[in-house]
Amino acid sequence: MVERRAKTDPVGDATSSSGPAVATSPRQPVDLASAVFWYRQMVIARRFEEETERDFRRGKIGGYLHVYSGQEAVGAGFLAELREDDIFFTAYRDHAQALFRGASPGAVMAELFGKVTGLARGKGGSMHLFDVGRGFYGGYGIVGGHIPLAVGAAYALRYRGTDRVCLCFMGDGAMNGGAFHEALNMAGLWGAEGLCPLVVVVENNEYAMGTSVARSSAVTDLASRFAQYAIPAERLDGMDFFAVRQAAARVIAEVRASGRPQAVEAVTYRFSGHGAADVFQPYRTKEEVERVRLRDPIVLLEHRLREAGLLDDAKVAAIHEEAEQVVQEAVEFAERSDPPPPEALYTDVYADEP
Amino acid sequence: MAELSYRDAIRSTLIEEMDRDPSVILLGEDIGQYQGTFRVTADLLARYGPRRVIDTPISELGFVGAAIGMAMLGLRPVVEVMTWNFSLLAFDQIVNNAAKVRYFSGGQVDVPLVIRGPNGAGVQLSAQHSQSVEAFYAHVPGLKVAVPATPAEAKGLLRTAMRGKDPVIFLEHAALYSQKGEVPDGEFALPFGQAEIVRRGRDVTIVAFSRMLGVALEAADRLARDDGIEAEVINPRTLRPLDTRTLVESARRTHRAVVVQEQWRPYGAAAEIAASITEGAFDLLDAPVERVTGADVPMPYARNLELLALPHAEDIVEAARRTLYRSGPGLRPSDGGTARA
Repeated sequence: MVERRAKTDPVGDATSSSGPAVATSPRQPVDLASAVFWYRQMVIARRFEEETERDFRRGKIGGYLHVYSGQEAVGAGFLAELREDDIFFTAYRDHAQALFRGASPGAVMAELFGKVTGLARGKGGSMHLFDVGRGFYGGYGIVGGHIPLAVGAAYALRYRGTDRVCLCFMGDGAMNGGAFHEALNMAGLWGAEGLCPLVVVVENNEYAMGTSVARSSAVTDLASRFAQYAIPAERLDGMDFFAVRQAAARVIAEVRASGRPQAVEAVTYRFSGHGAADVFQPYRTKEEVERVRLRDPIVLLEHRLREAGLLDDAKVAAIHEEAEQVVQEAVEFAERSDPPPPEALYTDVYADEP
Repeated sequence: MAELSYRDAIRSTLIEEMDRDPSVILLGEDIGQYQGTFRVTADLLARYGPRRVIDTPISELGFVGAAIGMAMLGLRPVVEVMTWNFSLLAFDQIVNNAAKVRYFSGGQVDVPLVIRGPNGAGVQLSAQHSQSVEAFYAHVPGLKVAVPATPAEAKGLLRTAMRGKDPVIFLEHAALYSQKGEVPDGEFALPFGQAEIVRRGRDVTIVAFSRMLGVALEAADRLARDDGIEAEVINPRTLRPLDTRTLVESARRTHRAVVVQEQWRPYGAAAEIAASITEGAFDLLDAPVERVTGADVPMPYARNLELLALPHAEDIVEAARRTLYRSGPGLRPSDGGTARA
């Protein structure tokens, strides 16, 4: 019997876990100034998600609700480096990524509220945010089902002769589905011809719904699994905004230049349950969550920016106040927006009249 | 007009559209170097190169999904599934992504995708390779389903599929690839959702598509010859959208209808068509709408059993006679219509 590796530990000194070493950022990040902007974005996203959880309990949001709290540094770090004409796909934990890409918080909230002013006109909901005008090709609800789409989209970008890249976020759970393996094998093949400018970002938040990586993956070093498809991959600390952003800048540039896919496993953690219905979380302890919260990516970034003299108490307070205002305005917008009209039921099924 | 085989009608349409539009690309298993399992894509790799004619791994989920992503980015991929049986491996991609992404994005993306390949029974291919999948896909809003029966239809419907903006399930029939027929020249296209009245008749309406159209026409000839029954034969050409108006109008004239399909009877295309006819022509029908279908079993291997499992002209003849309350050699005692024969 093969001995399993100890589970990945996103907490504390990452190199002390029994998994492979996790890259951490140097003490002198390249772009401190814009990091304040991204700190602000992450604070807004966190506040936004807290609000969505509250609005779910209030019955304002229906269906499923998967929040991003704890994983902000991953989405922010990569989307900070994605060029305006690049594109990305993601799964269903998509609110914060839409916001990081520049979608209006009001339109995102309105979508969750099922309003016609929503990002998908009230037809998609939490799992299916889309902002194609900003290169956001959607949130998808079937685990791993969006990965083949991203591979084909990357091919299309290069086929057209552009140097745009396609980024695909996915969870650790998606790596055990057939879609991942079929799509990444093709990405490896097409990449060998320089025809697949795909950046794969595995957000390893430790749990595929309620099943840990160690209990769901025979090989827990997720980055190593990309070798099967000739795709270079690395593992990094997904709680460290600078580590993520620096890797993102390098990887995106390399993929843009080569047309070959690359992957990053960002070791992170979600602070909330899998979805709004995941109340008791019997698969993990409160102590575990509290321990990881010590490495809250927003707190880590704030600490670094205070050290660099770019943030102080007053600035932090102002940013939190602004986040509160942005989120309240989003809720007000969503509240006062109309639901889709009845005739919307039958629109958008076909582009050509059937 | 030129005489073309069903295979060449499809192939020449692919060539015409690829010459016309560089966004058209082909993907599939063994469509390039191997020249295509049914040679529909013969020589296309040499003609257009590996960027436009992509030999894929045996990964239906993967390459159908990738084609959806390409289509969302404005390419016009045409995917060949070696047979439609294998499309079940890509069922999630087709149903959950291709069909729905336009809707759940609030209309932000189009999916101009064609998935094509042979559907239905061949000869002794047994249970896993003989399925007729039209009902699986025609059930799903967001998809269109074309079922060409002739070379001209194959060309005309494929062109419409390839110039549209929606995902099309294009069901060819392996038994038809070598069938020849007259095909109009030029940029000939056939609209979706328009049935063709293939044979005029006043006594009974027979609805049949794909390979079953030929079988239905044979049955109509026999009915005319042996029984003096003039059947009207209608080919819907596309099952989604379905031209119910033409079907209903015909049934209102003939007062009787028989619907033919190769696939299993329960919940099949014939059930949908029969229901539509009943809804639209109920007050003018003189008999229940008959269904002639494949046997409700996995396809057996033995040739005698396979032949029993497939609909034949005689089955259609008998069904038509039942709707006219005429006795015939195969009349089932339970049908109870003999008193009026």
